Amino acid sequence: MMKVLVTVKEVAEVEEDFVLDGTRIDDRFLEYDLNEWDDYAIETAVQLAEAGDDVEVVSATIGPERCEETIRMALAKGVDRGIRVWDDTLASVDLLDVNAKTEIFNAIIAEEEPDLILTGVQAHDDSFGATGVSVADAAGYEWAAVVNALDLDADAGVAHVRRELEGGVEELTDVELPAVLTIQTGINEPRYASLRGIRMAQRKEIAQQTLDDLGLDEGAVESQITLTDMYEPESESDVELFEGDADAAAASLASVLREKGVGAQ
Amino acid sequence: MSDVLAVVDHRRGQLRDISFELISAGADLAADLGGSLHVAVISGDVEKFATELDREGVDTVYTVAHGEEFNHDVYVQAIEALFDELAPTAILMPNSVNGLDYAPAVANRLSLPLVTDAIGISYNETLSVAREMYGSKVETTVDVATEPFAVTIRGAEWPQAKGNGSAPVEPFEVSIDESAVRSTVTGFEEVGGGDVDITDADILVSVGRGIEDEENIELIEELAAALGATLSSSRPIVDNGWLPKNRQVGQSGKVVTPDIYLAVGISGAVQHVAGMKGSDTIIAINTDPNAPIFDIADYGIVGDLFDVVPVLIDEFSS
Ligand SMILES: Cc1cc2nc3c(=O)[nH]c(=O)nc-3n(C[C@H](O)[C@H](O)[C@H](O)COP(=O)(O)OP(=O)(O)OC[C@H]3O[C@@H](n4cnc5c(N)ncnc54)[C@H](O)[C@@H]3O)c2cc1C
Repeated sequence: MMKVLVTVKEVAEVEEDFVLDGTRIDDRFLEYDLNEWDDYAIETAVQLAEAGDDVEVVSATIGPERCEETIRMALAKGVDRGIRVWDDTLASVDLLDVNAKTEIFNAIIAEEEPDLILTGVQAHDDSFGATGVSVADAAGYEWAAVVNALDLDADAGVAHVRRELEGGVEELTDVELPAVLTIQTGINEPRYASLRGIRMAQRKEIAQQTLDDLGLDEGAVESQITLTDMYEPESESDVELFEGDADAAAASLASVLREKGVGAQ
Repeated sequence: MSDVLAVVDHRRGQLRDISFELISAGADLAADLGGSLHVAVISGDVEKFATELDREGVDTVYTVAHGEEFNHDVYVQAIEALFDELAPTAILMPNSVNGLDYAPAVANRLSLPLVTDAIGISYNETLSVAREMYGSKVETTVDVATEPFAVTIRGAEWPQAKGNGSAPVEPFEVSIDESAVRSTVTGFEEVGGGDVDITDADILVSVGRGIEDEENIELIEELAAALGATLSSSRPIVDNGWLPKNRQVGQSGKVVTPDIYLAVGISGAVQHVAGMKGSDTIIAINTDPNAPIFDIADYGIVGDLFDVVPVLIDEFSS
């Protein structure tokens, strides 16, 4: 029996036109979706479950009730059950920092004792890119960050992975289990949930947990990091925009390209 | 104490550029804190590295000789020992792929608050870090209430430290607990080879997720053909298997410097920009006027690629 824990996050994407409100962006301008990287982590876990005899896949998320829809999508893709951590204390925290997330996931790990933990490399919204490795260290697991290939040898207790470095170089690494792997996009092709999967997901459990349930107090999520300002980046750009409808704009661009010798043959 | 410990990055025998950026960022922060800048280099040919690292602003270079290549378990133990010895206020680390692999563990091990991917650092009684959110659409300031703290910096945001320093080199002995080293690097592989070399092209037409469907790639291929250009792409196109890896521009793909780079339906994420910002002329076609690609573009069209591209093809086919 092997247990795989996948951490998932529902992330906000900002719409084309938005207005800042202090250190927040109003919900009106946000679209919520499953974090892109987590989609690949889920697929990795589900493929392990399909290839193995007795593999349970559990997903864990920190987030308000709104996230249930996103968690259900993970369940519909083949995750067996979900855990969602939320309470009033968490709702009142402005910026949940890496340490706070680590405390929460570590408590879940102590309870679940998974053999393998998969996270995304980063969340698209706050892009800290730190949760997986921090959690590994806290839980006493080995780890590898930015993994784009995985060959798991559970019997030998080792994961053969590739870490995607900069500049088209990959590092081949053997990681002892239990381990946390932060999964990079492109490692596989995430599936779409089937209708059957969506139906089955309705009957799967999403356990709700509070900090108290996890044996944590408020101090565990008290952040030393506060968001004090949010602003639109000052554009240093002197971009020349071609105005008008598509025909006019394309024609202007074409003449600039011709000036630069494009199409001259 | 009010010192800064900056940990540099190297791979396969070479210091990476971000090492010298860490020195610049570290020297500024050390000046604000009124302390010294200690630079640490761990594993590899540390003596050679130490000579190269002795640039303006560096007070001491600490070398930890242990193995050739990066191993996060070794790094974490070495930094832990250096931290105990030097008691710095700040640990600066790179937000590189290897930085992602050890910095969070260092922060956890030492119970330090961690701010990653900094694009600006200032210290005035407390630490303030500038960083981006929501795919570079907004910038934020985060304040860190306690000291010491750990920060990782984004590449190419600080200048590379220059000049020659006169920093003493201190070999630093760490007895690495090998039983806690539970991962082993077995090799490296170059990927993204093949018949096309996008780094050779004078004109690149680059396609991004705005293209929506695999079958639409054809439209951009037509555009590239009409312009006499080579086709490249952002990462999601390669992740989806719509184009081979050798077409990918960016941090984990190729760094290109063509005369003209035409980005079609690409938002301009930092990891993409890292691979093409050196292009002579950058042109963007994107529906979103706030897309970060327009910040670095010379020319642009705020519009739908499906309207603009066919007209452009016509212009160059007749
Ligand atoms: C460790 C790491 C390494 C990475 N390495 C790379 C790398 O090497 N290269 C890389 O590219 N990325 C890399 N990334 C990913 C990067 O963060 C972004 O996710 C990626 O660059 C986004 O690609 P995109 O711009 O095509 O897609 P998106 O960000 O989704 O942007 C699509 C754009 O298309 C526009 N659009 C939509 N429809 C239309 C239309 N009809 N007409 C015109 N415009 C339209 C949208 O407004 C949007 O701006 C890396 C990430 C990590 C964490």
